[in-house]
Amino acid sequence: MAASSPRNPPPLRGAENQDPLSEMADEDSDEGEDIFVGNSNPVAESFQPDTANGEEPADLFSEEETSTAVNSSITTFKSNGVHSDNENDLFAEVSVELSMENPSTTAKTSGAEFTPSLTLSATQPRSMEQVGYNRTSATQPRSMEQLEEEKDEDSFDMDVAVTNPEKIGDGMNAYMAYKVSTRTTLPMFRNRTFSVWRRFSDFLGLYEKLSVKHSLNGCIIPPPPEKSVVGMTKVKVGKEDSSSADFVERRRAALERYLQRVVCHPSLLQDPDVREFLERDELPRAVGTHTLSGAGFLKMINRASDAVSKMTIKISYSDAWFDNKLQEVESEDLQLRKLHAVVDSLVNHRKELCGNTAVFAKSMAMLGNSEDNTALSRALSQLAEVEDKMETLHQEQAASDFFILAELLADYIRLLGAVRGCFEQRMKTWQRWQEAQSTLQKKREVEAKLLWANKPDKLQQAKEEITEWEGKVTQYERDFDRISVTVRKEFLRFEKEKSKDFKSQIVKYLESLLQSQQRLVMFWEAFLPEAKAIA
Amino acid sequence: MMQEGLDDGPDFLSEEDRGPRAVNVDLQTDATLQVDISDALSERDKVKFTVHTKSTLPNFKQNEFSVVRQHEEFIWLHDSFVENEEYAGYIIPPAPPRPDFDASREKLQKLGEGEGSMTKEEFTKMKQELEAEYLAIFKKTVAMHEVFLCRVAAHPVLRKDLNFHVFLEYNQDLSVRGKNKREKMEDFFKNVVKSADGVLVAGVKDVDDFFEHEKTFLLEYHNRVKDASAKSDRMIRSHKSAADDINRIASTLYTLGTQDSTDVCKFFLKVSELFEKTRKIEARVAADEDLKLADLLKYYLRESQAAKDLLYRRGRALVDYENANKALDRARAKNKDVLQAETSQQVCCQKFEKISESAKQELIDFKTRRVAAFRKNLVELAELELKHAKGNLQLLQSCLGVLKGDT
Repeated sequence: MAASSPRNPPPLRGAENQDPLSEMADEDSDEGEDIFVGNSNPVAESFQPDTANGEEPADLFSEEETSTAVNSSITTFKSNGVHSDNENDLFAEVSVELSMENPSTTAKTSGAEFTPSLTLSATQPRSMEQVGYNRTSATQPRSMEQLEEEKDEDSFDMDVAVTNPEKIGDGMNAYMAYKVSTRTTLPMFRNRTFSVWRRFSDFLGLYEKLSVKHSLNGCIIPPPPEKSVVGMTKVKVGKEDSSSADFVERRRAALERYLQRVVCHPSLLQDPDVREFLERDELPRAVGTHTLSGAGFLKMINRASDAVSKMTIKISYSDAWFDNKLQEVESEDLQLRKLHAVVDSLVNHRKELCGNTAVFAKSMAMLGNSEDNTALSRALSQLAEVEDKMETLHQEQAASDFFILAELLADYIRLLGAVRGCFEQRMKTWQRWQEAQSTLQKKREVEAKLLWANKPDKLQQAKEEITEWEGKVTQYERDFDRISVTVRKEFLRFEKEKSKDFKSQIVKYLESLLQSQQRLVMFWEAFLPEAKAIA
Repeated sequence: MMQEGLDDGPDFLSEEDRGPRAVNVDLQTDATLQVDISDALSERDKVKFTVHTKSTLPNFKQNEFSVVRQHEEFIWLHDSFVENEEYAGYIIPPAPPRPDFDASREKLQKLGEGEGSMTKEEFTKMKQELEAEYLAIFKKTVAMHEVFLCRVAAHPVLRKDLNFHVFLEYNQDLSVRGKNKREKMEDFFKNVVKSADGVLVAGVKDVDDFFEHEKTFLLEYHNRVKDASAKSDRMIRSHKSAADDINRIASTLYTLGTQDSTDVCKFFLKVSELFEKTRKIEARVAADEDLKLADLLKYYLRESQAAKDLLYRRGRALVDYENANKALDRARAKNKDVLQAETSQQVCCQKFEKISESAKQELIDFKTRRVAAFRKNLVELAELELKHAKGNLQLLQSCLGVLKGDT
């Protein structure tokens, strides 16, 4: 009802906070006043998960949405003393919640971006309630939101590093322990700087705990690096060669990036398990990680159940924004895999070049030795030295290709998998809601039949079941809305992170290329006079 | 310079390629006889070279003329030198290798077959790559044939050879056919005998220090050049593969960049453009290394073999001379056929001395040429490497400037 009326966005800034409220009062006078008077009740109750409240909160929220959906500048909505704190909290959360989406969506400068939020209000009148619920379930709702939208880059007062891989133990029971150091100014930690020792299975354990808790909410949980039986066995056996050193370094870097992504994520950072991981001296051994790595395990389970349900869902449900994004993710995944394969090929060819250059350098040195013209002999030896230096250069370049570029791509291929998982999670939630609705429908039909057949005792039971399922439908709908909001928010955050990550890593890579070329120039400039001196 | 040439389409020999392309040999051009390959045409499995001569010598009917020759005719000329006893004391300029477009042709064919499986842009790109490769091989083979002719023209004795003049002037087909199977087998056996003989001959210690030193030197040098040549080829191939990979990275980044118009996509497009340019430079680096280093080594592999052949011929003549001496002594002892033995011994002596005299000069010239060629090519190599590295540097610096400025 309120959705149909176009309204000019009230120019909202601090003092004018009252405008949406007063305008609302004008528009739907009766209900408006009722709402304001009876405000505290719905507010208080809205924080309970399973409220059976009927129409009032719904009306309130639907009106709220239209006013706030239109105007994105309500971000600075602060509490003022005019209305009760509860009211303001509610409205503030409402407005801030929606507008959090809007700035990022308006950044894409398409009017179409507004439709999702409007459809939200049209079809799911309780969404704001759920939002309110969601917000307060986190420890510091508003400050966290403000943190998210106001900061442009990570002004995170949080640094984690994974260093000093050390081999503990011997033989097949040996493992690598990594030092996890944290430096932070966040008050939730006991100290400002601290470090603990962790092993790989601890990281996997952390991932599994986070998955269990948060993936159902639609959070994109960064996946940890993969297990490698071959790699680890070499290390355990004690093979002291460059390949096992490479493996350890690769794993250490991957673990560090994994942790950095986890602590960058505002919701995950609040999780006590993360805190425990970073702070606690002795962690109980993570079990169940010894057979499969977490990401693969979850995926396996999800894939199996999704195969069939995906078919039916695509036909009946379509939400442009989510569909588009999923498509984008899938095509990006394809391209990233392709790119990763090519970068891998480049790494291999560079390593090959490195080896061939070394061999050639030796051969050149030999030739220089046989040459009986002294100046030419010297020049050839110098050339051999230049080629030797090139070998080192190629080796470093290959390492840079790998550690900067290839690993970045591998990380994002895994992350995109997690994003897909998120979208699928949302689908499952929708499906559950739809199924509940159809069950409710069936129960109602049963009730109708019983009424007709006039069986009072069974009727009572039927009525109870209906109530139960009505509750479920409400619950599932709320879940769906909540997860939709979360997924959307998570996705936008992910896009931002990804954009930043790619830019910074590629710039780093180009800088390493630059350095290589500078050194090349140096080498050849040193050689040129030697060549000219040949007589 | 070469870059422009490579970018040309069907015009295989651009303007700046005219003139003696004496890549690996330092030769003075002599006004009395100037030879070059002014044009070349590649047909299915043949290459037709247009040999252009400018001469003030009275031997020729005109002062300037051209003929068309194929590879087999070059080989015929080379073989005629080798088989000529008169030239035993000279280093015969090594024959140019057969033009080998097989690998390139195969790749082009495979590309044609796989046309359906790739996008239009990919196909066009790869086609351009392969055409450039084909062109590079083509230019190389032209250069190598030309070098052979120039060496002959520069040699004081060989340039007067009648077969050479016929080769240059006779504007009909020389009706030289490639060796048939039987002849090839004969050649093979001849080589076996020769190498066995060579070992025998090489074992004979030479009285002359100069030649003894040269023998040891050439043997070792030849082997090491062979090794270096093979290894340089492998190194350059890896380099080319890496450049190809960068090409594919550029394409994939381009696809990623065109999927959306977010700023990360624009970023990808810029990086893709950068990689396109740097990989062109990398490909040129590999090509220049090929030209200045690998080709140089290959050429001196062949030249040092020709020098070894000269030493073998001299060694053979020495053995013949010593045998003739022994025969003369025996004849004198028996007092039978003494005159015959004396004449035979004199012939061998003359032959040996003639070869020794010219061989000494040839070997000294070989050294001078070699040092000059290495100097020229190493200097050019270093200059090109510097040029390309600086080019790369500039590209990277400007791209980084733009990218960092945007973020």
